[in-house]
Amino acid sequence: MPETLLMGAVAYAPKVVTIWEGFKAYFAERGLAFDYVLYSNYERQVEAQFEGAIHVAWNSPLAWVRAERMARARGVAVSAVAMRDTDRDLSSLIVVRAGAGIESFADLRGRTVGFGAVDSPQATLIPLEHLSRHGLQAGRDFTARRFDQLGGKHGDHIGGERDAALALTRGEIDAACMIDSNHLAFTTEGILPAGGTRILAQTDAYDHCNFTVSPGAPTELVDRFVELLLAMSWDDPAARPLMELEGLKQWLPGRTTGYALLERAVDEQGFYDADGRILAADYR
Amino acid sequence: MNRVFTTPMDASSPPTIDSEALGFDRGAHLLVKHALAGVAVGSTLRVVSKAPGFRAHVVAWCRSQGHGVSFDEAGRALIVRGGYQTGRWRGAERSGRSDPRSPDAVAEQAKASWGLAARGSTVEAGGPEWDFALDRKHEVWADEAVDLYRQALAAQWDPETAADWNAPFELPDEVEDAVVQVMTYLIENENAALLVPARFLGRIHPHYREIMQLLAIQVADEARHVDVFTRRARLKGREPALSTVGGQLSLKTLVDEPDFSVAAFLLSVLGEGTFVNLLNFLHVHAPDPVTRRIARLAARDEARHVAFGMAHLSRRLNSEPELRARLANAIELRHDTLSAGGAGLNEEVFDALVLLAAGEWTPAAIAAGFERVQALQSEMAEGRRLRLCRLGFDEPEAERLASLHTRNFM
Repeated sequence: MPETLLMGAVAYAPKVVTIWEGFKAYFAERGLAFDYVLYSNYERQVEAQFEGAIHVAWNSPLAWVRAERMARARGVAVSAVAMRDTDRDLSSLIVVRAGAGIESFADLRGRTVGFGAVDSPQATLIPLEHLSRHGLQAGRDFTARRFDQLGGKHGDHIGGERDAALALTRGEIDAACMIDSNHLAFTTEGILPAGGTRILAQTDAYDHCNFTVSPGAPTELVDRFVELLLAMSWDDPAARPLMELEGLKQWLPGRTTGYALLERAVDEQGFYDADGRILAADYR
Repeated sequence: MNRVFTTPMDASSPPTIDSEALGFDRGAHLLVKHALAGVAVGSTLRVVSKAPGFRAHVVAWCRSQGHGVSFDEAGRALIVRGGYQTGRWRGAERSGRSDPRSPDAVAEQAKASWGLAARGSTVEAGGPEWDFALDRKHEVWADEAVDLYRQALAAQWDPETAADWNAPFELPDEVEDAVVQVMTYLIENENAALLVPARFLGRIHPHYREIMQLLAIQVADEARHVDVFTRRARLKGREPALSTVGGQLSLKTLVDEPDFSVAAFLLSVLGEGTFVNLLNFLHVHAPDPVTRRIARLAARDEARHVAFGMAHLSRRLNSEPELRARLANAIELRHDTLSAGGAGLNEEVFDALVLLAAGEWTPAAIAAGFERVQALQSEMAEGRRLRLCRLGFDEPEAERLASLHTRNFM
């Protein structure tokens, strides 16, 4: 029996099982023995990458940052081998109610800004960094209100962003932070009234998830995994539903140039230390 | 055709649209999609917009659709069309034709992947496999279903207004009791006639739309029958009367029949066919105008159900004559099961029918009523025999099988 490639994924929603069962069948049909291990949170998953439990991990950007730091501290290496086309060049938005009189960063002083989960790169860490860069510190210049959903999931569950958007429309907060695609989705779905909000600020672009290879993972197996992944085609009716569930049209080679913004946010906000240890006191 | 591009396509500049102040949060994606349809995969569409938030939204939208996007120095979006919209329809399949009369409209076998798709639509590959057990045309089809469905639609009636529920009449207590007993029996039988098609309805592949529609309206017909017979039973303040083991045993063999064609044969050709005679009998001999009226309305509906059963079985027997032996076996098996269980028309119903037809307690009237019920029974048997002959059973076999039919009528 050939060695099995073991992948870790975080169970942020029930569909995760459907997705990876589908991938398992896809790989099996192409002769790659593949299995997956589900973790309830990214911290446990990244730690497992250094305990030899999994060969690759489907990591959030924050999990990638931590894995990279832990590897450096241990004198080993991790690499990002693949990502979705939809993981590249995302941005986050700070959204206000139209006509609320908030036209600039300065207008946010003394106001309440809604964020997502404590560990959400897109709805918390990166927007906080953006505000800080424009001279605004949570607690000092504005009140931060968190819409926590499923800590440890690194914001994969969009419930926090949705709750913040709803709180914005109810007037409970003055601004809400969300990923660009969610602002579009919320307005399309009517969660945010069309034209009822305006974008106050947009962050620089950053990258999202990647497949992170654990230190010492068997190269041949990983290469085959990546090769099959990149060959996955939207035109293939058997693969398309899986790609739709996972939210991509095409797998792309991994790149690590899109994480600098998050790195800066993590350092500034003291989320992890340089060795990947968790510093955030209220994080569980 | 409306104009999509605000500037003509030429070599120097890409086709351009101006979505003005319409944002992606208000439907701008429709304009962009429409324009992209006129651009080759890999080519660029330029989008001018004054909408607030345009830049963030167009990027998010293009990412989700698999299009590339960048911006020129004037802030216009340059969208490079991705190839994913066409990819979805590769390997898609047309599921027959909507008009059942056009060639190859109705497939001999409906594919599990067509599922709920409208017949004639183009079905994306890779969808769920549906489990419709009745997915072959010969198992369910009748060409007449289209017309029968139209007739059924035109003949729908409202129980509220179709009969004059306030028509003045008073019957002797015993005669009213007899009517209530007959209604009780009819309701029980109509419950079976509702459930049998209803149970098959969920198993028929929706590709056979006409059959699905016809059975649905058949179910609705029976629901109305249950309604009016219940109203009549309660009209003079009584509760429904007696339900016997024998009657229910007989009906249970119908409801339990797993084969669509056999069930159509037992229920529609034999049972409902027999019921048409019974309802016509009630239309003529019932002692009050309400019963006469609702019996007539129900008889018309039942006649359509019989027509579908006959049409379906004629078609199937035509190509599959060996089915005849199975149908004969089904009658015999049902007869054996029912004889062993003592099932049949309950005495109360038989007596009630006699009394109904008699109308009063005199020996002469009872004699006349009895004769009428006997005439009804031979009419019923003759009707069954004729229908069996029309389905190609030879004379002696048709006569024998007609006589084996359940004494419960349905």
